[in-house]
Parts: sequence; structure tokens; C-alpha cells
Amino acid sequence: MEINEMKKMTYRDAIRLGMTEEMRRDDDVIFLGEDIGLYGGAFGLSEGMLDEFGEARVMDTPITEAAIVGTAVGAAATGLRPVCEMMFMDFVTMGMDALVNQGAKMHYMFGGQAAVPMVLRLPAGSGSGAGAQHSQSLEAWLCHVPGLKVVTPSTPAQAKGLIKAAIRDNNPVCFIEHKMLYKMEGLVPVDDEFTIEIGKTFIERPGKDVTIVTYGTLLHKAIEAAEFLAEEGIEVEIINPVTLYPMDMKPIVESVIKTGRLIVAHEASKTGGVGGEIVARVVESEAFDYLNAPIIRLGGLDVPIPYNKELEAAVVPQRNDFVHGVYRLLNRE
Amino acid sequence: MIELSEEILLRMYYKMNQARFFEEKVEDLFEKGLIYETTYLSKGEEATGVVSCLALEKGDLTSLTHRGHSQAIGFGLDVNMMMAELLGKSTGYCKGKGGSLHIADVENGNIGANGIVGGGFTLSCGAALTQKYKKTGKVVLCFAGDGATNEGSFHEALNLASVWKLPIVFLIENNLYGMSMPVSKHMNIENISDRSASYNIPGLTIDGTDFLEIYDVMTKSLRYARAGRGPVLVEAKTYRYNGHSSSDAQVYRNKEEVQKWQKKDPLIRFVNYLHENRVFTDKQIQTIEDEAKTSIEHAVEFAMESPEPEITTVLEDIYA
Ligand SMILES: Cc1ncc(C[n+]2csc(CCOP(=O)(O)OP(=O)(O)O)c2C)c(N)n1
Ligand SMILES: [Mg+2]
Repeated sequence: MEINEMKKMTYRDAIRLGMTEEMRRDDDVIFLGEDIGLYGGAFGLSEGMLDEFGEARVMDTPITEAAIVGTAVGAAATGLRPVCEMMFMDFVTMGMDALVNQGAKMHYMFGGQAAVPMVLRLPAGSGSGAGAQHSQSLEAWLCHVPGLKVVTPSTPAQAKGLIKAAIRDNNPVCFIEHKMLYKMEGLVPVDDEFTIEIGKTFIERPGKDVTIVTYGTLLHKAIEAAEFLAEEGIEVEIINPVTLYPMDMKPIVESVIKTGRLIVAHEASKTGGVGGEIVARVVESEAFDYLNAPIIRLGGLDVPIPYNKELEAAVVPQRNDFVHGVYRLLNRE
Repeated sequence: MIELSEEILLRMYYKMNQARFFEEKVEDLFEKGLIYETTYLSKGEEATGVVSCLALEKGDLTSLTHRGHSQAIGFGLDVNMMMAELLGKSTGYCKGKGGSLHIADVENGNIGANGIVGGGFTLSCGAALTQKYKKTGKVVLCFAGDGATNEGSFHEALNLASVWKLPIVFLIENNLYGMSMPVSKHMNIENISDRSASYNIPGLTIDGTDFLEIYDVMTKSLRYARAGRGPVLVEAKTYRYNGHSSSDAQVYRNKEEVQKWQKKDPLIRFVNYLHENRVFTDKQIQTIEDEAKTSIEHAVEFAMESPEPEITTVLEDIYA
């Protein structure tokens, strides 16, 4: 096998492939969640996994999120490496106690005893008309809990590399996958040792005029905006943190030093969102002196996600919000 | 066997037909792409939803599930406003912001359908606490599915309702599956009503396709709760004909099982009863069915003609 061999596949298939490879590699990896076995997962993500690994490792649970997360924490602390799935990220609220009060703190609170190598998979985001309780982007909650790691892939390749790294990590990793990216196709390394280092920020597109930091579906809208702006000779640098917590700020700070202009964007509600933290860290850094314009934060409106399609779309930033943001920063409007 | 008045039989049969036609229409609209988000249909479960609500008194409250269209119709919600909500229109119950999963009519006692499985249990405790505190004499009918009783919130709510003697009837629509999980795999008991023993409250299992039994047991259970004696757990065994949602290939069950239950169809059982007891003439029965169907066709027209919500409403109703 060639080391750089690539295969085209969807984001959803890439997550499955990553999980499958890790389960083949390590018998201690188990997978638990609601309707993940015979049904193949609410989004078809785990189709075929029951057949390959059997009921002892692909475990359909009752509808019991608190017990899913708690069981994963307990199993992780005693020698297994569970991957568990909340059918929708919104339901993590029910698993929050085990995650926040137990799993995240054990290692520190016990003075370095007990590792909690677990992955919590969280299908997130709006765009499918699923309404206020099935569309949230709650990553900022998780990024506020020391001891957790929070990652989010935005492409199929990242999906595979990150899920594998998350499973190999010795800490509780919240793996946020955007539902609207499941069908997105892209090239994915075939190599089963391919992983993406957790805690590393990536430059998705180099540029010199304006820095955009974003992830998830908005990364793709930002890229579209950048392509449009490139035709006018504007070079946007797009940065994808990938690991939202703890975040690698270095590439972001360096980029702002270069461009002097920054847009930070996410689908999650603006207030209290991860974007605010990124901005705060930029202004605390040496990049502060290089800023040529006020920073722009694009975020979801501070409202629950409405059902009506047009209202739903109005809640999250769109491609043109990036375009206008860039114009504003360059005084072109 | 209990005797029911012609008037109540008429209402029951009409609403059960409305519920059936409503679900068939939703299926149709979904296939045509006019309803864009998956909905959870209650075809086959019309009796539990409708009949239990008809046992309520005016002013009683209810908490609905994600599979709540029959329940809502039974409780007396307007099918025009329901359909408009499913189409995301401004004339819907939630002004197009909620969708099927969140149909609510709080002023009239429907404190909301729920997208969170098990979300209604503790909310019902709160609604019942209000009734007890304000001495309204009203009862809360809390709907839930079999799968939902595995959530911690079910057990916490039953315990609290028991020790506080809250006026709630928990009605579990046991349709034998929580999504793809058969009851036999998600709990180690045959009857969910057995769970009442842990909380020292009455627990009953009934046939959820038999309107007479539902009406009888619900009337008695509501009376018990209304008398201040505490909550009751009723489990009605029933069946959903459709998949869990529109994206369900139903690999976990076979056609024979579906057909077996369709023989016990709650509407067929109802119409047989009407015939056997000569309650209505064939012509009257036909009229009831036709009127129910027309009401749903009107609901679709109403919904289609209704305006989309103004985009500015996205920022409205965040705070009371
Ligand atoms: C807390 C929570 N977990 C999971 C889901 C996804 N889900 C929606 S309905 C459902 C099955 C519910 O089963 P049951 O309570 O038996 O009701 P039924 O669908 O059979 O009417 C599941 C797992 C959810 N909406 N909320
Ligand atoms: Mg069920």
C-alpha cells in the first residue's frame, strides 16, 4: 500500500472507517449507543458494524443517555476504551453529570490516578428542519470543562483521522460531528495509521489580507466566500481549529500578525460561543498590536433553532456574511 | 362491559378517523416534499391517543410525546393549526417555530409535545404540582412510550409523584419498540405497569386497541388521581404501523407482525362495535368518516394557503 493513497468517501463513512479500524486494532474498544446495532444508527453511520464486531462490542442500549455516558466513564476508568454515541448532541444534557462531574475530573481529582479514555460522539448542528431540540451546537459548554477534549472534523479526511486519534487518546474526548456534513464527499487517506493530532490548528487556505477562523459547515461557506473574493484579488486566509479545546492558538495569532484583520465564525449562538474565547486570546496576544480593524464575530443568533426552513437558515451565518465581513474589514463597503 | 353514550361514541369515532386521515395526509405530504422534516406517525395508535383524552374533564392538562398527533387530536387541538405547524406556517400552533415535535396549546392545557424522549415525565409532575397547590381539581395526563420508561426521568418522576401524591395519570403507549429496540431487549419485564410496584402506586396493563377498555380504565384512573390519592401508571399495549420515522427500513420486525396487529386495528374494532350494537346506521357511519376526512383535507388547504412566518419573527418570543 502506498502511504499517501487516498480514497473518495463521505464524512459519515470516514467516521465509520476510523472507528472500524480502531476496533480491529484494539479489542478493548467497544461501541455503545441507541439503535447503533441492527438499525445501523439513526443516520446510518454504524451500518455493518454489528455484523463485523458482534453484540459484545457494538452494544445497543435502552434509551438511557445518563447510563450510556456513566457506563462509558466507569468502563474507561477500569480498562476499556468505549466510544459512545448520543443520537443527537442535544441529548448530551442527560449525560452531562457523568461527563462533567465524573469523567472530566477523575484523573485530576484523584491526583493523577485513573485515565478515562473514552469518546463521546455528538451529531450536532442545524439545517435539517429538526427543530429546537435536535439542532443545537453546544460545543462551548464542553469547552468550559477542564479535563475534556473537544474536537470537530469539517472534512471526511479530518473525520477519519480525528476519530482515530480520539479513540487512542487517554482522556475523555467529545467528538462533534455535523449532521449536514454526513453526505459530504472527500479524499481520505487509506492508511490505517493515519491520525490527526488532537490539539493542532490547521490552515485550510493561505492568504494575506484577512484571517477567517471557523469550523464545521461554516468552514465550507467561508471557503466559498474566499473563492469569490479571490476573483477580486482579495486573499483570505482560512484557519480551522479542529480541536476546539484545548485550542492551539499559534497559527491563529501568526495569521492575524500577518493580515491584521480577523473574522471568527461559528454556527453556535454567538453569546458565550467559542468565537469569543478565540477573540479574547488574540487580543491578549502579541497580535493585538497588529490589528488594523475591529474583529468581527459571526455567530448564530441568540435564539433556539426554529423549525421553519427560512427562519432556520436566518439563524446561522451564510456565505455572504463572510463576503460582507471581509469588505467591511477592508473598508470596501 | 361499560356503556357509552351515542354522543361520546360519535366523538371518539370521528376523532379516531381524523387522526388516521391526518397521519395518512402527513405521509403523503412528506413524500411530496411539502413537509421536510421527518415526523413520527401514530397510525395504529389512534385509540390510546384519542380515547384517553376523551376521558378527561375540561381543564385537565396533558403532556404529549413525539408521536403525538393522535393524542393532540384527542385532546381537542385544531387540525388546521396542527397541519399549519407541520408545514412551518405562521398560523400553526407555534407560529412555525416548533413543528410536529413541539405542538403545544398551553392555554388550553396541552403543555407540549416533546422531542426529548422522557421529557414530559417531570414536566407533568410540575403541572400536577400547580393543580395540587392551587386546588384546581384538575389532573395531568402524561403520555409516553415504552422506550421512554428506561430514562431516569421516568423513575424520578414516578417516585416524586408518588410521595407527593400528585394528580397524574401516566399513560404508556407500549408499541413494543423503542425505535428499533424490542421491549424484550430494552427491559427485563413483560409489563411496564409492573414498574408501579417500586413506587407503590397502582399499575394496570390494558389493550391499547380496545377503546372500551381504554375509556373504562382511564376514567377510573383519572378519578383516582383527581381524588388526591396520587398517580396511576397505565400501560396500553398497542402498535405503530409506520416505521419509527420516515427514514426507517424496519429491519427489526417483519411484515407478518404488522399484519397481525392490523387485524386488531382500533378503527376496525370500533366500527365492528358500532355495527354489532346498532349504534349508528351504515349511512351515519359513512358520514362520520367522510366528515373526518373532509376536515383533514380542509386542514391541508388551510395550511397550504397560510403565509410563511415573517423573517423578523425569528427574533420574537425569546423572552416572555
Ligand atoms: C432523550 C432522547 N433520546 C433519544 C431520542 C431519539 N428517539 C426519538 S423517539 C425514540 C424512540 C422512543 O421510543 P418510545 O418511547 O417507545 O416511543 P415510540 O417512538 O415507540 O412511540 C428515540 C430513541 C430522543 N428524541 N430523545
Ligand atoms: Mg415504543
